[in-house]
Amino acid sequence: MAHNEDSADEGVVSTHKVEAIVAILVLLFGLGVLYGSRTLGSGWTSDGPGPGYFPFYIGLILCISGAGTLLRALYFGDRNTEPFVDRAQLKRVLSVLLPAVVYVFMVQMVGLYLASTVYIALFMVILGHYSWFKSAGVAVVVNALFFFMFEVWFKVPLYKGQFNPLSVFGY
Amino acid sequence: MDEFSALFHGFSVILTPMNLLLMLVGILLGVLIGVLPGLGGANGVAILLPLTFTMSPTSAIIMLSCIYWGALFGGAITSILFNIPGEPWSVATTFDGYPMAQKGQAGAALTTAFTSSFVGAFVAVVMITFLAPLVAKFALKFGPPEFFAVYLLTFCSFVGMGKGSPFKILASMAIGFALAAVGMDTVTGQLRLTFGIPDLMRGFDFLIAVIGLFGIGEILLSMEEGLAFSGKSAKIDPRVVWQTWKQLPQYWVTSVRSALVGIWMGITPGGATPASFMSYGLAKKMSKSGDNFGKGQIEGVIAPETAAHAAGTSALLPMLALGIPGSPTAAVLLGGLLIWGLQPGPLLFVEQKDFVWGLIASMYLGNLVGLLVVLTTVPLFASILRIPFSIIAPVIVVICAIGAYTVHSAMLDVWLMLLFGLIGYLFKKLDYPLAPLVLALVLGDKAEDSLRQAMLVSQGSMTIMWSNPLVGSITTLALVMLFWPLLSRLLAKIRPPKAKAFQAEQPVD
Repeated sequence: MAHNEDSADEGVVSTHKVEAIVAILVLLFGLGVLYGSRTLGSGWTSDGPGPGYFPFYIGLILCISGAGTLLRALYFGDRNTEPFVDRAQLKRVLSVLLPAVVYVFMVQMVGLYLASTVYIALFMVILGHYSWFKSAGVAVVVNALFFFMFEVWFKVPLYKGQFNPLSVFGY
Repeated sequence: MDEFSALFHGFSVILTPMNLLLMLVGILLGVLIGVLPGLGGANGVAILLPLTFTMSPTSAIIMLSCIYWGALFGGAITSILFNIPGEPWSVATTFDGYPMAQKGQAGAALTTAFTSSFVGAFVAVVMITFLAPLVAKFALKFGPPEFFAVYLLTFCSFVGMGKGSPFKILASMAIGFALAAVGMDTVTGQLRLTFGIPDLMRGFDFLIAVIGLFGIGEILLSMEEGLAFSGKSAKIDPRVVWQTWKQLPQYWVTSVRSALVGIWMGITPGGATPASFMSYGLAKKMSKSGDNFGKGQIEGVIAPETAAHAAGTSALLPMLALGIPGSPTAAVLLGGLLIWGLQPGPLLFVEQKDFVWGLIASMYLGNLVGLLVVLTTVPLFASILRIPFSIIAPVIVVICAIGAYTVHSAMLDVWLMLLFGLIGYLFKKLDYPLAPLVLALVLGDKAEDSLRQAMLVSQGSMTIMWSNPLVGSITTLALVMLFWPLLSRLLAKIRPPKAKAFQAEQPVD
């Protein structure tokens, strides 16, 4: 929900700020649910409670809890000024998160097996400092295992991508 | 003694070579999941659920519940050998388990942990065997208001018994309910809260949420800490096992107390994590050698492990008998039942005898097999932990992506999984509990249906929630739970309470 990437150049963001941002997002989500359920009809219709009847109260709870957390984070006793993440931690988290985003994008394009092989190999080379040879070996073995497990034994086809490179092998 | 004949019938259902093989595979996968960071009982079962779609429901639930037992066992291995709790409920095991390993008693600590887990689970299964049919029979009389009251109680107990900010517990729960409401309305057939996006018509699947929140979120957290495993070596030989087993009976009071704590916390949605802490605290207070706790006292391993396993097992009772899971993993299993076309709840005991008693029989057998498997394979699993994180992390991300994709064969789900992963990371860091979110997402539609039916009966008047003594007392109890954070503050003004031990170490889950 909340991104805290901007903290890399600001230095470190403190926990109560992240707390407040997340609380605001909860509040906005609640308002969205309230709006959505109002337009659906949250009242009483001729044949019983309308489709927005239950979500309306859920939206209300979301707003209350979002507002409550926001107030506590900003004004009241349990204000946590400790850093949410330090720079090294953020770098480590992003070094997993950003490649994962790229990976899912690649899955969309070339399919799961190929993307996973490249992803595991690159992850090992760049973050684990393994040799290319070893990384490629592990990546291929792991994905061959997945391939046989899903396509061959359990017959659960996985995503082959918009440009299906494996189609040459008949899969 | 209908239960006995039913139970033996259950054993006759599960004792086929195929089911026994699935049981073994399930236990091994479960221990593996419990040992690896980022994969736990809930998301492990969620990822493997699609593989069982083609099996018979009985075989499927045997395999999945065995994965669950395996994960419960596996958490202890990392706590004792590496001082890293593989699962939140094994945090308390590290307090005394790791010091024991440091003193060179790793074998004894592991044997104690596994045996205590087995004892806890066994007591809980015996309880389920005799109590679940009674609860189910009782619940057959429930109407919509009663069911809604029980749902209300389930969710209000999170607020009343949870640790941390009640606002955050409410927020997490309401997010789950809101996401559950997205998609086709089951009563009017209208599209709800999709905001014109056709892909949202299907709604949010809780399996995707579980895989993202617990899997990807956990990987991000582990990465932030920059994991470097440095573990004690583990060797369990039969002599150590035998000597430990000879010691254990003298701590039977601790075992019984912990099992009871675990059962109570498991049936009410307190969960395994608070149960293990509560039981550890009680053992420390009541033991003669309480001062030695934290320095490698064997009771400090018995107490949390027995309670965690008893809680994890008895969380299945409300799931089977009422259709209300007591933990995220039980919620995933419940989702499995729905996918296999079984309707969880009291009728299950009447209509699906083979399934229910097969499951209960598999709990007995699965835990026994689990105990033997973990005792013999510890060195193998300990060596898996020595594989560097930079190999394990990408493989787990790939496994999560596969798991998310196979649920509906939809790419959007993989993106949603990433989003849920980010939410899971933020929520974990900010102490938002994840269990209420998952449970609300699973139970959302059912809770809503029962509320709407109840309101239809009463024509919109809330008084139906107090229309008879049964529903009235459940509703009142639920409201007490909901306002417990306020009430306990008032009580504290009158009578100042003692400071709680281990408050800081206990994770919110």
